Amino acid sequence: MRRKKDVFLVVTVICGLLVIGFILLPLLKMFTSPSWENLKAAIQDKKVVKSIWLSIYTAGLAAIISFVVGTPFAYFLARREFFGRKVIESIIDLPMVIPHPVVGIAILSVVGRNYWFGQILSKIGIRVMGSVLGIVTVLTFVGIPFYINTAKDGFESISPRLENVSRSLGASMFSTFLRITFPLAWRSMLVGIVMCSARAISEFGAVVVIAYHPMTAPVMIYERFEAYGLAYSQPVAVLLTLVCLILFLFLRVLSLKHQEGKLIK
Amino acid sequence: MIKIEGLCVDFPNFCLKDINLSINRGDFFVLLGPTGSGKTLLLEAIAGLVPVKRGKIYINGIDVTNLPPENRGVSIVYQDLALFPHLTVLENIKYGLHFHKIDKVKAEKRLNWLLDQLKLRPLIGRFPVNLSGGEMQRVALARALMINPSVLLLDEPLSSLDPIFKEEIRGQLKKLHQETGSTFLMVTHDFTDVLFIASRVAVINEGKIEQVGDVEEIFQRPRSRFVANFVEARNILCGYLTGSNNHRYIDTGKIKVEFAENTTENEKKVYFVIRPEDIIVSKIPLQSSARNCYLGRVTEITNRGAIIYLKVDVGNELTAMVTKASFEQMNIREGDSVYLTFKASAVHLF
Repeated sequence: MRRKKDVFLVVTVICGLLVIGFILLPLLKMFTSPSWENLKAAIQDKKVVKSIWLSIYTAGLAAIISFVVGTPFAYFLARREFFGRKVIESIIDLPMVIPHPVVGIAILSVVGRNYWFGQILSKIGIRVMGSVLGIVTVLTFVGIPFYINTAKDGFESISPRLENVSRSLGASMFSTFLRITFPLAWRSMLVGIVMCSARAISEFGAVVVIAYHPMTAPVMIYERFEAYGLAYSQPVAVLLTLVCLILFLFLRVLSLKHQEGKLIK
Repeated sequence: MIKIEGLCVDFPNFCLKDINLSINRGDFFVLLGPTGSGKTLLLEAIAGLVPVKRGKIYINGIDVTNLPPENRGVSIVYQDLALFPHLTVLENIKYGLHFHKIDKVKAEKRLNWLLDQLKLRPLIGRFPVNLSGGEMQRVALARALMINPSVLLLDEPLSSLDPIFKEEIRGQLKKLHQETGSTFLMVTHDFTDVLFIASRVAVINEGKIEQVGDVEEIFQRPRSRFVANFVEARNILCGYLTGSNNHRYIDTGKIKVEFAENTTENEKKVYFVIRPEDIIVSKIPLQSSARNCYLGRVTEITNRGAIIYLKVDVGNELTAMVTKASFEQMNIREGDSVYLTFKASAVHLF
């Protein structure tokens, strides 16, 4: 019995080490491959900086849009039981399971000139293809499920009775949201924003279909890899990964505090 | 004050059916019913927190059926208290002031009064997570009363408390009710609460009101088997107050029962209750400080597992409770003679 237990423990540890190695090895190799000079050159390359900045701010805009539109919707989903709720939740999850280039093609088929919506946009002078607007549209599409799901979980963890008491004490629905729901759920919302932007900043497949130019960082990495090879794309990849890591660390710190907060509640 | 006419509330697995209820201004009204009978739902309907399918709710003569909760002048204290975890005790209590135009001096006076009444002054800087059950209960009460509501709804406020806190909060509720003059509507499944604080009672079961009346009426004349069973009508007796100042008792016509409660009235008809667990059963008379001791014959033995109920005819029929171990040790059989002993303080008048 004891021996069986030991074997099981050994297997779990080996599997764990394999997974950690599988994740870390390529990343470590990538980080250590470019020379310091190459990295410095990449940082000084205006095109690289521009593409990374474009990735950051389009992802940030996608997160802001998700926050503005997604918050009321997430709250609605957290508080209301209605027929077809599961279907709605599945629709929200769709962008997470659809292959990324398909997302790009799907958006293109709506905003393209062959569809009435695209024709209207074209008539009023709004260009989606090959524009920042197009990038933000795609990033919002892929990022918004992350925000809505996280914010919804946050709202669900707050007892509706707190809101009921607030209402009975004279607060309107809006005041109750501002004074009770938001202070208790803001951390979940922030985690949602970070997750949404982390997802958006790394998007390549959908962006490349809608907007090859202006060039986001993932597209630039791909372009340099295709045109000049691995060594030329690595410095940009390292810089983008650093940005993503900072976001990821921020997320971890927040989610830890989030769990502590839940314990207190 | 509160008038409910033909109220129906539909929920997926439960509904309130044709509720008609009238609660007078200043009443301490108790809604008594088992778990899942619809008590909380009825409170939430009065507070405007659940949609009403049919019927009307009037508060102070105004039809509030379609008014939002914030415009009804009704405060609610939930069983789980629902204190705002991110606010301190003081912030919790003052929360309602943000939305009510109450004169600053009056608000401060009321705040101080509540802090003193509920002994909350040392706790004002604490967060709810650092409070005991009894403390949280007092904060929830203060928060609800701070805005001087015309109606205070209490959802099983005593059920989650330890017996010591329960007694304390019960007393405080009674006192607050007397001093605020607000109408209190409390739901509970514990009939002891009713005995101690209710002025009127409604018994609710499966979303329907079974009986409404004053406390005596519900206990003495239950109109349905459900009500009779639910109020566990044991040892509820009626008699006349008599005796002199140091020797007060109730004469039921068959036995005389000494009591400790302070009352100077004489020849007044009263109802009183002795809880079965307060009665000591023995085969020989006890030498003790207990003022009431009667010899009687065991007429019925009901085995409830770890505890046994004995019905004993001492003139009036009294029910006593013993543990299984005591029961076996004393070897009690139906028809046996036993002594029932209880303190004067175990006699509760209502």
